[in-house]
Amino acid sequence: MNALLTSLGEMFSLSFMRCALLAGVLISVCASLLGVTLVLKRYSMIGDGLSHVAFGSLAVATALHTAPLRFSIPIVILAAFLLLRLNEKGKIKGDAITAMISTGALAIGVMAVSLSTGMNIDIYNYMFGSILALTGSDLLLSVALAAVVIPAYLLLGSRIFSVTFDPAFAHATGIRTGLYDTVIAVMTALTIVLGMRLMGTLLISSLIVFPPLTAMRVLRSFRGTVIASALLPVVSFPAGLILSYYRATPPGASVVCVNLLLFLLFCLIGLLVRRRRG
Amino acid sequence: MSLISCSGLSLSYDGRRVLSELTFTVERGDYLCIVGENGSGKSTLIKALLGLKTPAAGTIRFGEGLKSSEIGYLPQKTEAQSDFPASVFEVVLSGRLNARRFSPFYSKEDKAEAAEQLARLGIASLRSRSFSELSGGQQQRVLLARALCATKKLILLDEPVAGLDPEVSREFYSIIRSVNAEGITVIMVSHDLVPALHAATAVLRLDGGHCRRYRPEEFLASLAERKEEA
Repeated sequence: MNALLTSLGEMFSLSFMRCALLAGVLISVCASLLGVTLVLKRYSMIGDGLSHVAFGSLAVATALHTAPLRFSIPIVILAAFLLLRLNEKGKIKGDAITAMISTGALAIGVMAVSLSTGMNIDIYNYMFGSILALTGSDLLLSVALAAVVIPAYLLLGSRIFSVTFDPAFAHATGIRTGLYDTVIAVMTALTIVLGMRLMGTLLISSLIVFPPLTAMRVLRSFRGTVIASALLPVVSFPAGLILSYYRATPPGASVVCVNLLLFLLFCLIGLLVRRRRG
Repeated sequence: MSLISCSGLSLSYDGRRVLSELTFTVERGDYLCIVGENGSGKSTLIKALLGLKTPAAGTIRFGEGLKSSEIGYLPQKTEAQSDFPASVFEVVLSGRLNARRFSPFYSKEDKAEAAEQLARLGIASLRSRSFSELSGGQQQRVLLARALCATKKLILLDEPVAGLDPEVSREFYSIIRSVNAEGITVIMVSHDLVPALHAATAVLRLDGGHCRRYRPEEFLASLAERKEEA
């Protein structure tokens, strides 16, 4: 036991590890709060689509030698806005347009990379995530993101509930539903751009869908689901990071595996609880 | 002044004019049934009354200090709510949102009001149950309680008994009747005419983009006539 603690102490004496831990927990709490709304509104795939747009834009930024975040944040926000709006009004239906934008963006990114530098370590990191890819300014941005998203979700919680549960009723009682959709889309875009370097393009959307779905296996109220979704990543992200450190596995995949285990565990608990209730 | 006065009201849906030149009033205490074929513009009219749709022409005016955000609304059933984690109390409380301007949390009065509406509709015991696990009739009662939390004056119901069995529908209509008897104006869109009309004070029939107002017995007679002709 002592040996384990010493070894964990060693792990977190590394400054990039502490940096990854803090940024990762903050980003994943934001992602799962937003995820509650996205999953319940049947927008889960939007997270996946946006992560591919983020990959495409980061790859293009790398090819053009411009600052990656400053270049990709506006693009991903624009894509989020488009996806939500088109989902409601468009001629092509939601899942199809998401698939189109996501593969299109991925292809553009890969083209940009091949035409300039060729597949390099940056691109591998964008795909699968890397703890080393995180910089001090990323950490700062993550803290800023969490400082906006978490209080916003708390203060607007009851309105977010109404908008998610029954948009027609919410709209009729004078809540500007379009505004809430937009705010959630922008915050999701920011969360994904910041989180994908840690988690990787292929896995970032798991931060959005796993915690809410896990919480919903057991909890039956909105408030309970939100609280549990916010707490789950506080466990799963550090656990995944530790796993990744000891087994030298990519951090993104390790965190997703822990999330998957938690999901299965909650399925089992949900089953037992319902059986006991009869 | 009337509670609602529409004059020369025209409404479009997807760029197509579905209702033109409607002129009618709703008085306080009325129980108005809106009837008409599918696609006759019933839901569009409801949306306009709620302020969710801008009239192509004409006006809707509210009297007696009514605001469009103070109308209790029971929307048509949506699919999205089927596996939604929400307790009955959370759903009913959300009816109080229009009363709170900027405050982020529900007050004691909000919670008391929600509890009172649950009791009024005889579902106080369902308070902490999960909304998605309730039967269709129970769910509609919960949504009616939510609508009543949002208003003291007027409720708008869009096909409230769609998908409910006759026994449950009858119970639901009798609840609406007692709500109306307590002084709340009711406007209801409904498909099944005879039970719905039972307690109505007026019928608004939409047909071919126009409307005609009947007294209930008059409407039933015209219905019988049309059947004979056909």
